[in-house]
Amino acid sequence: METKDELITTLKTIVKPYVQDEQAFQNLTEDTDFIKDLKINSANLVDIALDVEEAYDIEIDNESMERMLTVGSAIDIIRQKLEAK
Amino acid sequence: MRNRVVITGLGVVAPNGVGVPEFLEAIRAGRSGIAFHQELADLKFSCQIGGIPPITEAHKHQYFSELQLHQLNSSGIIYGVIAGMEAWQNAGLPVAGAEPDWESGIVFGTGILGIDKIREAIYKVDQGQVRRLGSTAVVQTMTSGVSAYLAGMLGCGNQISANSSACATGTEALMMAYDRIASGQAKRMLAGSCNDHGPYIWGGFDAMRVLPYQFNQTPEQGSRPMSATASGFVPASGAGALVLESLESALARNATIYAEVLGGHVNSGGQRGGGTMTAPNPVAVSRCIQMALEQAQILPSAVDVIDGHLTATSKDPAEVSAWCDALGRRGDDFPYINSLKSMVGHCLSAAGSVECVAAVLELNHGFIYPSINTENPHPEITSLISSDKILKQAIHKDIQVIAKANFGFGDVNACVILKKFNHG
Repeated sequence: METKDELITTLKTIVKPYVQDEQAFQNLTEDTDFIKDLKINSANLVDIALDVEEAYDIEIDNESMERMLTVGSAIDIIRQKLEAK
Repeated sequence: MRNRVVITGLGVVAPNGVGVPEFLEAIRAGRSGIAFHQELADLKFSCQIGGIPPITEAHKHQYFSELQLHQLNSSGIIYGVIAGMEAWQNAGLPVAGAEPDWESGIVFGTGILGIDKIREAIYKVDQGQVRRLGSTAVVQTMTSGVSAYLAGMLGCGNQISANSSACATGTEALMMAYDRIASGQAKRMLAGSCNDHGPYIWGGFDAMRVLPYQFNQTPEQGSRPMSATASGFVPASGAGALVLESLESALARNATIYAEVLGGHVNSGGQRGGGTMTAPNPVAVSRCIQMALEQAQILPSAVDVIDGHLTATSKDPAEVSAWCDALGRRGDDFPYINSLKSMVGHCLSAAGSVECVAAVLELNHGFIYPSINTENPHPEITSLISSDKILKQAIHKDIQVIAKANFGFGDVNACVILKKFNHG
């Protein structure tokens, strides 16, 4: 499995097209909130989840998607799903 | 007291030119935008020619953000947004800041939007993959998609809507925008319409046998409005957009005024008296033209040019006959009459807007564009009007008044009267 840093790097490439705040994206940490900090349109969280599913060949259920609001929570969910595979 | 309404911005995405400068040059030169499409041949279409605007990646990146282009699969939105943004910029109008521009609205019509996106979505739904549709399947396919995209990009805060009246859509959109400004409910309205391209749009018409099948090897000769050998309309696509503005607003900001909208009319033949789902009631067509002239307070003798609907079907002689009846003019006394469709094909719900843009260009630049492929005009037409009134090549001429009409499935009609704007 990818290390946390590797997971963050992959996630950064996935969210990049949806980011509306370039500054916050440059300073991205685990605590970064997709909507509040990166100013991503909430509708686009669906697209990010789909792109993550494709990149890791996992399925993100509705409940997980509702929790997936920060970089940290996204990483937790990806790890969980990969372990369950 | 109604406000006077003028046109201060133009945008166009047509099969023979993307953007006003390229389109103007093409219609002056009589250049066809009709081409053979292998995809149609592979799908066993009888008519394998069509009009698709030559949009490049550079065009898309000029008007759309990376995020907007992500998973964008709706040609109508691409055409509509490019034409709409061009018209707004051409009018020299700003994009709203934090506060919406409450005095600017949009009416941007279409027949159906995002057919390729709909197809993509239907496949996924049928495969049980509804959760993989992504976030834009709705906004790319809702009828009001283009007006919604443009409203967000420009920050317009007045009425934002989309009309739909088949091939009359674009001219009707202009009339709706005109009414809103004339009645004082808005200062500026972006009026336009678009149509997707491709087999899923054009297939239904091919099945109706209303498209020409004889010109697959000679596509540029396929669209032949008013010709004795007209054998169906050539399907096309694109978008047109016009910024309408109260004269007061245009003068106050010292805008370039391309033409004045004197008035117009929309009606229906009720699918009575010869009118059907697909054919117009000729009395309604004449009445629509007469009511338009009446509202514009223009005598039939003042009309210099008719920019007709004239699709290149067997209905062309009936249309010319309706114009003769409405104006009470025939033979040598008839105005010049032309059909943009000879060059761009039938842009369907975009036709009215693309053709209104062409009409405004004629008034503003003092020329009349040609109807190509009219070497042999239809004998029923030349029995009504002098063949000199059908131009095979563009002419320079200072014209004052154009009557522009479009007629659509459902027996619906729209006619607008445009006048050159004379300063002072």
